[in-house]
Amino acid sequence: MSRRPWEAFKPVCPPSWMQKATFCGRFDNLAEISEFVIRAAKEAGLNSSAVYAVELAVDEACTNIIEHAYGGEGKGDIQCCCDISKDRLTITLRDRGRPFNPNKVPVPKSKANLKSLKTGGAGLYLMRKMMDEVRFEFSKESGNIVTLVKCRAPQSCIPD
Amino acid sequence: MEFKTTEYKRCDLIKTSGRVDGSNAPQLEGIFTTLTEAGKFKLVYDMSEINFMSSAGWWVLIRTQKKCRRYKRGELVLACVDSKIRGALDLVGMGSYFKIFEDVTAAVGSF
Repeated sequence: MSRRPWEAFKPVCPPSWMQKATFCGRFDNLAEISEFVIRAAKEAGLNSSAVYAVELAVDEACTNIIEHAYGGEGKGDIQCCCDISKDRLTITLRDRGRPFNPNKVPVPKSKANLKSLKTGGAGLYLMRKMMDEVRFEFSKESGNIVTLVKCRAPQSCIPD
Repeated sequence: MEFKTTEYKRCDLIKTSGRVDGSNAPQLEGIFTTLTEAGKFKLVYDMSEINFMSSAGWWVLIRTQKKCRRYKRGELVLACVDSKIRGALDLVGMGSYFKIFEDVTAAVGSF
């Protein structure tokens, strides 16, 4: 079927785009991991606040992996996979650390008194707020897998 | 982490640049601790050149704010916060713990 004339001017999304990289689980690799996911977020055509949201969510997820799954720096790798499909950017982070149970992390209290405010919990809360979908899986074979999804703006894709 | 501190008559100004994440948040905490241990509790943090701050950085600011406000001896105020950083800060309710100024002059003048 031939294209209608106005369709030629619509931006075309890449049919499928995927990049993988493995980083040592160290805090000084967070900037490099950020650069890696920023490239993918820009490739997906996300606007600047959505790019920042992805950068922040991934940073928080990787910090949790280093601190909680591995229990410190340099104890294992973080495998990062960015996958762009027609309607979404999916980032998958995989580690071989201790199983992570998100239900055990307390939700930070909003409007808590400054004196009673305690460190922790904000990272997970932020990940959920910044992304459209956050999933956690664990199996002995594959380890911890965190999946972070950001939807692309509908107008950036040609509808079916 | 590169930083610059400036002493004013009524407060101290701290400026850092770039990212604040888990790798350098302890350094940022060290900068603030040096000031509070020297008895300086009226602080302005110039964030005009900060382009990213994760929750590791925010917790440094929260802990510093707790020290500064103790006995009502002072306060940490923020200046020139990037709109995306501020959006995330407000999202988790941490923005309400700080006075945020559009420019450094106004922040310094608030003391």
